[in-house]
Amino acid sequence: MTNVNPPHTGKQNPPIEVHDLTVAYEQKPVLWDIDFELPESKMTAIVGPNGAGKSTLIKAAMGLIPSSAGYTLIYGKPLDKQRRNVAYVPQRESVDWNFPISVMDVVLMGRYPHLRLFQRPSRKDREIATESLKQVGMEEYAKRQISQLSGGQQQRVFLARALAQDAAIYLLDEPFAGVDAATETVIFNKLQELRTLNKTVVVVHHDLQSVPDNFDWVMLLNLRMVAFGPVDTTFTDENLQKTYGGRLNILSQMVERSRQQRFIRETES
Amino acid sequence: MDLFFEFFSLQDPNIRYVLAGTILLGISAGALGCFAILRRRALVGDAVAHAILPGVCLAFIVAGGKDPFMLIIGAFIFGLLSMVTMDFITRNSRIAPDAAIGMVLSVFFGLGVVLLTFIQSTGYIDQSGLDDFLFGQAAAMVGTDVRVFGGLSLLILVLLIMAYKELKLVSFDIPFARSIGYPVKRMEFLLALLMVMTITAGIQAVGVVLMAAMLIIPAAAARYWTDSLRVMLVIAAGVGAFSGITGSFMSFTAPAMPTGPWMVVSAALMFLISFLLAPGRGEIARHVQRKKLSFKIACENILKTIYSLEEADGRTDRVRTCGELAKKRHIPERKLQKVLTSLLKKGLIAWYRGNPDGYVLTVTGRDEAQRLVRVHRLWEQYLNQQLHIAEDHVHEDAESMEHLITSDIEDQLRRSLGSPALDPHKSKIPYKDDGGKGGRPGSKLPDGDNRINNDPEEYPLKPGKSDKDHKKREGRS
Repeated sequence: MTNVNPPHTGKQNPPIEVHDLTVAYEQKPVLWDIDFELPESKMTAIVGPNGAGKSTLIKAAMGLIPSSAGYTLIYGKPLDKQRRNVAYVPQRESVDWNFPISVMDVVLMGRYPHLRLFQRPSRKDREIATESLKQVGMEEYAKRQISQLSGGQQQRVFLARALAQDAAIYLLDEPFAGVDAATETVIFNKLQELRTLNKTVVVVHHDLQSVPDNFDWVMLLNLRMVAFGPVDTTFTDENLQKTYGGRLNILSQMVERSRQQRFIRETES
Repeated sequence: MDLFFEFFSLQDPNIRYVLAGTILLGISAGALGCFAILRRRALVGDAVAHAILPGVCLAFIVAGGKDPFMLIIGAFIFGLLSMVTMDFITRNSRIAPDAAIGMVLSVFFGLGVVLLTFIQSTGYIDQSGLDDFLFGQAAAMVGTDVRVFGGLSLLILVLLIMAYKELKLVSFDIPFARSIGYPVKRMEFLLALLMVMTITAGIQAVGVVLMAAMLIIPAAAARYWTDSLRVMLVIAAGVGAFSGITGSFMSFTAPAMPTGPWMVVSAALMFLISFLLAPGRGEIARHVQRKKLSFKIACENILKTIYSLEEADGRTDRVRTCGELAKKRHIPERKLQKVLTSLLKKGLIAWYRGNPDGYVLTVTGRDEAQRLVRVHRLWEQYLNQQLHIAEDHVHEDAESMEHLITSDIEDQLRRSLGSPALDPHKSKIPYKDDGGKGGRPGSKLPDGDNRINNDPEEYPLKPGKSDKDHKKREGRS
């Protein structure tokens, strides 16, 4: 696989910069003023309780859902100019796995950013897709229909598609949700391998226990960013308490209140 | 019959024209319909089809009669207008999409009927052929119509093939498509445009009322035969083409009859055939599968029953009579006979003539029964130990799971539980390696050997001669 090098500018720009990102669903604010710069070649986990806005954050950062405010830069450039460099792995449930296509078809979609509109994948694209399937141990399933896959296999196919995209940044939304132990190992190993290839990896994660052993950086999220930094200094009991703290804090009370009042936030997008 | 030959000999150039037109229409509607149903937009198609009626009527008014170009423009405008309206309602109100679709369909169609009545009440406009747009009349197509509508179908087909990769992506995974910067909005608009074009192309041959069926039914039928989008498109196109042929044939044989209903009926027939006969997914195949599974379960249950009788009295050399098994298992005699015959054939049990006549497990049969009891009890133990389900709640679940547990899952269960000796009810879990012990002389015999150690005084056993013999004897009991 060819290595996509980050575009070099005089000053090294971070892989992802997010500024003042705010997202509201139906007048209900779900993310407030998120601001961060992702470190290069590190593995970052985004953790937080259910409904904290973890998936929303990466979807909004990728411009997949409208945000009320904020913007994203990739290596200092506008997101839309850099999309090929960002491989996004949606949650498994976001697609219909009964859709009549084969595993190979799905992985080949990872090559689409390298193809022009209406251009068919070439033999080379097929080779890259096969290689990506091999890397997640799924090459024998290339011709299989996707409805015949187990949950873990579906997730591996999604990862293979991202690998086929050959990007510099990998954003994965809950890749470990409902997968078997073997798949979990395959994915972790693959992500660590990506990091050694100087790729930047971000994972929306729900298993706190596996954070210290597998990630370099961590973002603790609960409607707002509670803490963000290297795991050693950031993944502390105090920060976790702040993120997962049981009682409704003032912020979530305000969220609930504004929802009830059908408070309309100024939206611009 | 003569008509049939006259039609299919294709001597009449008009027949050739009309046939080409309806086949093209069937192909493009069938193929595009696949994307419509996969994206769950089938009902939108129905609404759009109904909503173009006012456009058709306005085209008549403007052109002062039937003019294919004006028709296309009118239908097109109202098709798009209906789509925009549905989208607008869903986006800007709390009304759910299905209600918005229903509203647009009926309001636009109602408006169309009003216009239709208006045209019919005035004498100024040449209204010949206007009624045909409700239910279609393929035979009324003349050369220009065919060229215009057929050309439109061809254009749809070309666009579909060209944008196949993009349409596939947008139908399967929109979030990913957006993430790589694909023009998702434009692709969705292209699909909407293609749908309006297809419906427009069909107004003459099928009519607005039934056009949606030509989008939905061929695609729904095709889904039964394949798991490949490409093949599905081809089959749906084939079903569409077949309906087109049927429709035009009927239109020629019975000119008073509208074409649309015939096309829809023949497509529906193809759907029915697919629904019943498709391998794997069709109803008949599924019924056979269910029957097979339930028979397999019945067989396994009888094996287990004999095994449990052996466990109870510790005698592997005692025959179990038909009545005994029927009583123990609550299974109708007829089914029991079938099950026993199948088990005999597979060499899992043997029949012995004697006093009384009955059955014993063969070595392979006992192994299989033991395996079933083993996975049953392992599963109970798993539910009890690892999922903390009370021991009086685990049996029912294990009764069904035992038939599904593969040797791979059995291994995992054994590893995870550490090959426990007892199940939650303190029954011994039988493992293969201790099969020789505990009064199972049968297992010392080689596979398929039905000889067993017996006590001739208690049970003077003689092996039964054949299956036929077995049936005859059973028939009397």
